[in-house]
Amino acid sequence: MRARVYVTLKEGVLDPAGVATAGGLKSLGFDEVHGVRLGKFIEVELDDSAEGFDAASARARVTEMCEKLLANTVIETYRIELEG
Amino acid sequence: MSSNSSSDSSFDVAVVTFPGSNCDADLRHAVDLVDGMTARAVWHKETDLGAPDAVLLPGGFSYGDYLRCGAIARFSPVMDEVIAFARAGGPVLGICNGFQILAEAGLLPGALLANRDLKFLCQSVTLSVEGRETPFSRGVTGPLTMPIAHMDGNWYADAETAARVEGEGQVVFRYSGGAPNGALHDVAGLTNAAGNVVGMMPHPERACEDALGGADGLGLFQSLAGFLQSR
Repeated sequence: MRARVYVTLKEGVLDPAGVATAGGLKSLGFDEVHGVRLGKFIEVELDDSAEGFDAASARARVTEMCEKLLANTVIETYRIELEG
Repeated sequence: MSSNSSSDSSFDVAVVTFPGSNCDADLRHAVDLVDGMTARAVWHKETDLGAPDAVLLPGGFSYGDYLRCGAIARFSPVMDEVIAFARAGGPVLGICNGFQILAEAGLLPGALLANRDLKFLCQSVTLSVEGRETPFSRGVTGPLTMPIAHMDGNWYADAETAARVEGEGQVVFRYSGGAPNGALHDVAGLTNAAGNVVGMMPHPERACEDALGGADGLGLFQSLAGFLQSR
């Protein structure tokens, strides 16, 4: 099983790299760009061979990974997608 | 072990080295410049911190700043004992990357974001000393001049946390004339609610001798020695 984790800065936390990227897009003529947020994309490969391992337990484990290490919840939020 | 084991009365100051620390030797040197303190190098893989009188976390780029600055070092084996030492009221100072590690460990409020202008900042700054008394600031008065050298020193906390930190006098060092990195409230260094843990982005250990351009940083280490003697 594979987990895809998206980590982004919380709303309200200044994202200077996102602001700079938005400025770049606008200078290329993409006038409709209203804002850009940059974040991290993390793929986690999970051993799903253990008995009783299912999507719910996988989600619980990856949530724990996010809370402990993958995201700093003082400044970031995360979203998890499971595949396979 | 202490490099100066002959002076048994000397206070034992543990300086932790992580993979990627680059100010640890400077920090040990700064500690050893002060009478009554002896620096002891501690590798991050140690699970036994010994019985230090104070713990210092140096600057650098532990684990290459992968994921987030300090995020992986925070889980180094030695950190369990550092956190226990801090929670028991022991004096702990984190400088630059050490500050980031302490924030990641939840020992200090807020987090360190990328500098506002996305530039590595290597320059001299002037600091005011304020807020509550801490083991590292009790003996110094501003303005202090010392260098900063970081990419992620933009202190941030949500409005409620920032208001509490200000209200409790937890801001210990503040950039004079505005934070070059965009830090909220111009915070250069702060302490925890108990006042025993301090984190700061500027490098006092790089300003401990006139030959290095200034000695304002030495006061923080002398302050620690005074604190330890007063206990």
